[in-house]
Amino acid sequence: MSDQKNLTRLLQLFALAGLALLFLVPVIGSRALVQDLFGVLTLFILAQNWNLLAGFAGMVSVGQQAFVGVGAYAMFACVILLGLDPVIGIAVGGITAMILAIPMAFFSFRLAGAYFAIGTWVAAEITRLCFAQWKALGGGTGTSLPKGTTKTMFGVPEIKSWLGGSSSAASDALTYWLALILALATLIAAWLFLKSRMGLGLQSLRDNEEAACSVGVNPTRLKAWVFMLTAFGTGLCGALLFIQITRVTPEAAFSVVDWTAFVIFITVIGGIGTLPGPIIGVIVFYFLQRLLADYGTVYLIVLGCLGIAVMLFARRGLWGLFTEKTGLELLSLRQLPPEENQAH
Amino acid sequence: MSILTLKSVSKSFGALKVTDAVSLDVQAGEALGIIGPNGAGKSTLFNLIAGNIKPDEGQVFLEGVDVTQRTPMERVHAGVGRSFQIPQPFNHLSVYENLMVAAQFGGAHLGREAGLFCMCILSETGLEACARDLAGGLSLLQRKRLELARAMATSPKLILLDEIAGGLTDGECIDLVKTIRNIHSQGTSIIWIEHVLHALNSVVDRLMVLNFGKILMVGGVDEVMHAPAVREIYLGIEV
Ligand SMILES: Nc1ncnc2c1ncn2[C@@H]1O[C@H](COP(=O)(O)OP(=O)(O)OP(=O)(O)O)[C@@H](O)[C@H]1O
Ligand SMILES: [Mg+2]
Repeated sequence: MSDQKNLTRLLQLFALAGLALLFLVPVIGSRALVQDLFGVLTLFILAQNWNLLAGFAGMVSVGQQAFVGVGAYAMFACVILLGLDPVIGIAVGGITAMILAIPMAFFSFRLAGAYFAIGTWVAAEITRLCFAQWKALGGGTGTSLPKGTTKTMFGVPEIKSWLGGSSSAASDALTYWLALILALATLIAAWLFLKSRMGLGLQSLRDNEEAACSVGVNPTRLKAWVFMLTAFGTGLCGALLFIQITRVTPEAAFSVVDWTAFVIFITVIGGIGTLPGPIIGVIVFYFLQRLLADYGTVYLIVLGCLGIAVMLFARRGLWGLFTEKTGLELLSLRQLPPEENQAH
Repeated sequence: MSILTLKSVSKSFGALKVTDAVSLDVQAGEALGIIGPNGAGKSTLFNLIAGNIKPDEGQVFLEGVDVTQRTPMERVHAGVGRSFQIPQPFNHLSVYENLMVAAQFGGAHLGREAGLFCMCILSETGLEACARDLAGGLSLLQRKRLELARAMATSPKLILLDEIAGGLTDGECIDLVKTIRNIHSQGTSIIWIEHVLHALNSVVDRLMVLNFGKILMVGGVDEVMHAPAVREIYLGIEV
């Protein structure tokens, strides 16, 4: 028992050290590494949001790219049409995605299971077609951020004079740190949410919907909350992604492969319905990509096979396997009875 | 005032009429026992009252309000707490968390106060020692206790108990009766389906006998237990 506690401590220390190291990457690492890890962090944000949606609230959406795209386009609109700073555009992107989630929920909540998945996909496609009509933002061919936007955006000059190097490197560092903060915020917010009254209700629904309703849990309300919140997180991430990419097209912004399919694989491999799952998934994804970088898309095939293997043999993913074997837990969702809180 | 009124409620599964024009009135604060042979439609009646099943005909009233079209969730908020005959715990939550869901969503308890409230119920139902255990690992008897405890945690005005005394030792049965009497003494109305007649009869004010979906008889405990029609039905099973 105390052995396990020590191991958990060790695991926590490792995680903290890793986190500190991640914060230092733009200072000590190469620019290529910063860009790579930016991709990993944003994938993690998307994966954690999808995990909350599918793994905890049982809504297997294949339409999360809608929120990435809307977030990205909202950010572009802020910069190009309103002349705002891209960093403000991130917040606007998140809020716009959350607003889009309202009509989308009205539509897709009438559907269940596979129909829900297809419904969200269709809704995302419709959203993409609508944005392809927006002439002011380039219509079907898309548009780019005005030259120099990212070199002068909030914080970049300061980072440049601090780190030295080019403005582009400073802009990469900024988006990287924003991604890291957003990733951390997503993880903490998800944990706090799941530990809250609503999170407990969500877990009860996942265990036994009939019993949950029979003790007063309102499934629709809880699911609507999760749908809105994850749309917000996904929209923030979408806006951030396209600040770094600096160019947007409907195809890229609403890509089901880039923003949903990868994300599903990552979550499933790492452990769907567990908070550390997407972290593990994204680490596996990153190393596979590095390892197999010379073989083109082979890493995608390997990733796909790994995903299938995990689905067949370890329903709770690699993290689920790990906790099963070791009994160790991180970010535990258990709530302790009040007496024991007093005792310590 | 009546807490529950059923007006000629009927329900069929295919050709089988499981609830046949049942009318019933339960007064606030009353304890009603329901007996009847296996398959008589007792649990179905609970499903109709709690809203898990909608009747084909008839109406369900809670405190005079027609709730026939209301969902189970809405009926919990209107004051109906239920247990399931086949326990339905939240397997991946601890026993304590099972109650916390009920207290925070069904009852109006929040935060720390909800926690203390749940611990009270757990100690009353003898589950205190396994508060931190996952509900999925409990024995059948413990699961049945959890059903009772979780229903209590919704702070119901009317509690529906479905066969919770089966398989208990004499001592455990006495404790259970004490707990239910305690709920009753706090003014909660009780409807209890039970085959363990001595436990049931030591708590309830009235007995209702259900047979083939119909009410065979309703009345005081002695009156019902001595009725020839009831003895006839029960002769093959118990007594
Ligand atoms: N959802 C259902 N679909 C079809 N038939 C059902 C359903 N629920 C119950 N029945 C049938 O209805 C009849 C009454 O079932 P019910 O569970 O109400 O009986 P009961 O009086 O509670 O019996 P027991 O004492 O065994 O618990 C049984 O024949 C049962 O098979
Ligand atoms: Mg029954």
